[in-house]
Amino acid sequence: MDESHAIVAHQFDDAGQQRESALLGMWVFLATEIMFFGGLFAGYTAYRFQYAEGFAAASHHLDMLLGAINTAVLLTSSLTMALAVHSAQVGKKPAHIVGWLILTMLFGCAFLGIKVIEYHDKFVHHLVPGASFAWEGALARQAQMFYYLYFAMTGLHAIHMLAGVAVVLVIAIQAARGRYTPQYHNPLEITGLYWHFVDIVWIFLFPLLYLIA
Amino acid sequence: MTTSEPSLPRENFLNCDYSIRSWLLTTDHKRIGLLFLVSITLFFVLGSAYAGLIRTELLTPRGDVVSPQNYNKLFTMHGLIMVFFFLIPSIPAVLGNFLIPMMIGARDVAFPRLNLASWYVFSIGGVFTIITAVSGGVDTGWTFYTPYSSIYSNTSVMTMAVGVFITGFSSIFTGLNFIVTIHKMRAQGLTWFRLPLFVWAIYATSIIMVLGTPVIAITLSLVGLERLFHIGIFDPALGGDPLLFQHLFWFYSHPAVYIMILPSMGVVSEIIACFSRNRIFGYKVVAFSSLAIAVVGFLVWGHHMFVSGQSAFAGLIFSFLSFLVAIPSAIKVFNWTATLYKGSISYDTPMLYALGFIGLFTIGGLTGLFLATMGMDVHVHDTYFVIAHFHYIMVGGAIMGFMGGMHFWWPKITGRCYPESWGKLSALVIFIGFNLTFFPQFILGYLGMPRRYHTYPAEFQVLNVMSSAGASILGVGYMLPVFYLFWSLRNGPIASANPWLAKGLEWLTPSPPPTDNFEQTPVVTEEAYAYRPEETASG
Repeated sequence: MDESHAIVAHQFDDAGQQRESALLGMWVFLATEIMFFGGLFAGYTAYRFQYAEGFAAASHHLDMLLGAINTAVLLTSSLTMALAVHSAQVGKKPAHIVGWLILTMLFGCAFLGIKVIEYHDKFVHHLVPGASFAWEGALARQAQMFYYLYFAMTGLHAIHMLAGVAVVLVIAIQAARGRYTPQYHNPLEITGLYWHFVDIVWIFLFPLLYLIA
Repeated sequence: MTTSEPSLPRENFLNCDYSIRSWLLTTDHKRIGLLFLVSITLFFVLGSAYAGLIRTELLTPRGDVVSPQNYNKLFTMHGLIMVFFFLIPSIPAVLGNFLIPMMIGARDVAFPRLNLASWYVFSIGGVFTIITAVSGGVDTGWTFYTPYSSIYSNTSVMTMAVGVFITGFSSIFTGLNFIVTIHKMRAQGLTWFRLPLFVWAIYATSIIMVLGTPVIAITLSLVGLERLFHIGIFDPALGGDPLLFQHLFWFYSHPAVYIMILPSMGVVSEIIACFSRNRIFGYKVVAFSSLAIAVVGFLVWGHHMFVSGQSAFAGLIFSFLSFLVAIPSAIKVFNWTATLYKGSISYDTPMLYALGFIGLFTIGGLTGLFLATMGMDVHVHDTYFVIAHFHYIMVGGAIMGFMGGMHFWWPKITGRCYPESWGKLSALVIFIGFNLTFFPQFILGYLGMPRRYHTYPAEFQVLNVMSSAGASILGVGYMLPVFYLFWSLRNGPIASANPWLAKGLEWLTPSPPPTDNFEQTPVVTEEAYAYRPEETASG
């Protein structure tokens, strides 16, 4: 694409059509993502009913406080992301947009850091499924299934967070170059959609994994 | 076929740049479609070679060509390659890519670079498949059933699963692109109900691609975890349930059948209308039946598990829903037939394929109802009856549609006409070869010959020899078009913009089209299939 003025790609008639296409494309991609996570949620549902007792017992070993903090961190990151998009829409200076994006990345990294602490704790206490898994008392197999799903679901979520931080970094660099204006900020806007989606997945994961009794 | 005065076309998407680089870095949807055509043709040849070996082994009751395990690899690789690397990308990625932007009067798809990425992703997945084939293949069956795939099989399961996983994203990118393109890039005046039915069919297909494919991606990932780290949710030893795998697998893989057949239905609608010079009877119903198949098709997966330990109640529901999905399919068949009524029918090659499709798909669909009936399914489950049924859908249906479409749009794609008499001959040979191959398999299955065995009782030999003989005729039938289509690239008569006098925006532009498709963006003022303008006013 010619960077100076040809913001509208050749296949589109105007900027409006291009923007609508970008947004719809991201929504369709998010539908794909929902189904991608959906396979794991289906597995979770099946075993949650089958192994209700073991799941509840295993869930008690998750750190509810860290989980709650992470939820707050992630929700705040969605706010800063929304503010970044808003800044572009109302035509704030690039420094504004970049600032919000850097904050978003910091919150994202904080989330991942806390996740690492939690994973490390599970590793120390032999709660990682596999040969080293150790469980005091009955229902060991059920508890292992819970931890398998815990790692699979939060792990897949964390991969999406990592990808999100990387994309936000690229977008921030573009924003610093003054690429986004009220007329054109499609990449920023759809990155925002993606970020909110990853946030929402966590909103489901938190109660399903941490808050079962 | 009418041809214009032989004049070499001016600059078009084929001759604008001959360098290899210009092909490998192209974002032109037409060129990407042709890249896919080359790729899937190679995989079709490979998949056919496996089929040939299978049919050779089954010439005699004894296992005298390959060992039992190698036989397992043959049918597994045949299924995997044909399903994931030929049938699923066939019409959408080749004809869909080529035609969708032109049919809606656009210059390209919404995301051209994503479109090219789709081909590269497909190719990477294809490389994994080739590596699998070279390293000895996989013996799990194309279905990857656990715990066999996750624990016991000692073949290259992971390589192949990675290949299928990666290729899935190609499907997702293609589907996503089509959905956005069809929603946002239609020419002025081209309302939803003026769209060609091919576009509706591809739209419905895209929905399945986008919503179904990620589920098989995550499922194969879980199989991978189980196989590599011995942790998972499918292994009973770990508290898992193999039936869950079957649920997740078929949640994608049954709708995947509609990914294969819906685009063919779209092609058949175009051909039937053109060669009977009629509007499609009940246009809206045919359009919505594509969507109905896509939606209801997502709810029938359990009919693969009637004898897998699924509850009888669940079986009953899935049986009912499977009957339901037959309704929109039947509507299409009836409406195509009604379109033929009082039409000015001509029997050119595409029409022969389309008529073949209708007959064979009807047989495939009706035997599907046998299988949706629980009692009947228990009798013929995992027999050659099932094999015959789905080959009538996937080969008799999907591939006939693909071949019909390739012939129909060949002059548009290449600017050259193929030799019509050779086309008719190949359509006939394929039809005869196909029926001789697969009809005996209905009988074999009904008599109780199970699938996936390399030996069988001697009394089944006559039917098996018939089937193998048919396969060799079918092979010749498929080889003919490869030769004469290739020949026509240089020697075929030069095609006019609209050699079939067909309706549709893609016929308004020269053959082959210029890179931007249209010299002027078209404005649409009439409904699709206005072959008889005097009648359409009342309709």
